[in-house]
Amino acid sequence: MYNNYNCLAQPLWQNGPVPGEFYNFTGGQTHIQKLPRELTTAGPYGTKHSTAAITTGSSVLGIRYDGGVMLAADTLVSYGSLARYQNIERVFKINKNILLGGSGDFADIQSIKRSIDQKMIEDQCCDDNIEMKPKSLASWMTRVLYNRRSRMNPLYIDVVVGGVDTEGTPYLANVDLRGRSHEDYVIATGFARHLAIPLVREKKPKDRDFTAVEASELIRTCMEVLYYRDTRNISQYTVGVCSANGCGVEGPFQVNENWTFAETIKGY
Amino acid sequence: MSSLGFEQFPDYQVPGVKHADFSPYESNGGSIVAIAGDDFAVIAADTRLSSGYNIHSRSQSKLFKLSPLTVLGSTGCWADTLSLTGLMKVRMQSYEHTHLRTMTTDAVAQMLSITMYNRRFFPYYVSNILAGIDKDGKGVVYSYDPIGHCEKATYRAGGTAGTLLQPVLDNQIGYKNMNLAASEVPKLTKERAVSVASDTFISAAERDIYTGDSVLINIITKDGIEVKELTLRQD
Repeated sequence: MYNNYNCLAQPLWQNGPVPGEFYNFTGGQTHIQKLPRELTTAGPYGTKHSTAAITTGSSVLGIRYDGGVMLAADTLVSYGSLARYQNIERVFKINKNILLGGSGDFADIQSIKRSIDQKMIEDQCCDDNIEMKPKSLASWMTRVLYNRRSRMNPLYIDVVVGGVDTEGTPYLANVDLRGRSHEDYVIATGFARHLAIPLVREKKPKDRDFTAVEASELIRTCMEVLYYRDTRNISQYTVGVCSANGCGVEGPFQVNENWTFAETIKGY
Repeated sequence: MSSLGFEQFPDYQVPGVKHADFSPYESNGGSIVAIAGDDFAVIAADTRLSSGYNIHSRSQSKLFKLSPLTVLGSTGCWADTLSLTGLMKVRMQSYEHTHLRTMTTDAVAQMLSITMYNRRFFPYYVSNILAGIDKDGKGVVYSYDPIGHCEKATYRAGGTAGTLLQPVLDNQIGYKNMNLAASEVPKLTKERAVSVASDTFISAAERDIYTGDSVLINIITKDGIEVKELTLRQD
């Protein structure tokens, strides 16, 4: 007789807070399983994470020229002020179209590079000779980094993504730890943003792109300036070149250091 | 910034924990001006992307074409801008697939307001101005605050130089504080709207360090979007 009538008392309201329980009114995930790993992993003093970078790579410089892009970075990974690892490649060949230059926390760089490498292997498994384009990788990284910063647990990195697309058009972009990204003919991170960008912008011809010779000359000059002025640099660096003819990381090169001017400065 | 309910204990020193304050926001500068006419809408934005005293790019457009009749100008935190405009694009595509027609400008305006309010407790730090042609063929301008409060207007300025530009528009487009009879107020033409928008940007670039390099102007009519570029001071 009462088959279709629910005799049981309904709860006072559905999906609302239980009196006495912490109510997550900020919305989103209330179930503990849906919270991101960084908030549910127990630590000795709770789950607050430090957002400071520990082992860091310094600047990366990227220049776009008529045939492709060039990315340069020195081979030092520092531990605070200690020049800890002095022979580390920070410019990576991702696939035949893409170069990635990483600066900031190097553990985070290695972490995201691992994910990227896995993606490239999946690409190869499709066995259609089509490899990811640089713009696609930059877009993916922007989204990943943005979502990490939105969970207040950023990957503390500033990367330069460079390469050529299927038509051979050069592409150069910057993605930072907040998911801010943009394209330009010169991209730099860290100290190179202050020291190298003005040098490159000054030399840029108004009506055309750089030539390969101009670009490599600029890289040489900028790496020299960075070595003289950035305290977290060393004189050894590698340069990645990506064009329609091929993609690879060359080096290591040495900065042509010349300290004889020091003798002319009193009290130097 | 206390996030996701975790409380800060400023007087409780925990050994070994180094708390470097990470701010999820960053102001990347830029300004937008939009003016609506009877059958057109003009929206202009500068092309400088900056962080503090660094200029990331002198040629970054802040205008996003959402449909042939609707353009969104977005400035503030560039990371949030990219995310928000990406989301808008995806939702508009979804609408087109479902309804087999483009969203009207008024519908886009409402959707943008809802989308922004969804992040009420972790806002998109973005100054939005939406300009376009509504379903009756008239020009419209909608302006937003960071949590999605939406207001329809005839003209609006936003961004870092918004407070510098708005009074100029009030006087030159709204004819405020001028001894003009209602019959003397001339009808707004496309050329005058573009001219006033250009002049206001030239003035803004003089005083606002985050505005400059160049201005991209989109003139939206039922026939399409015309793009003009104007060079500004680079300092």
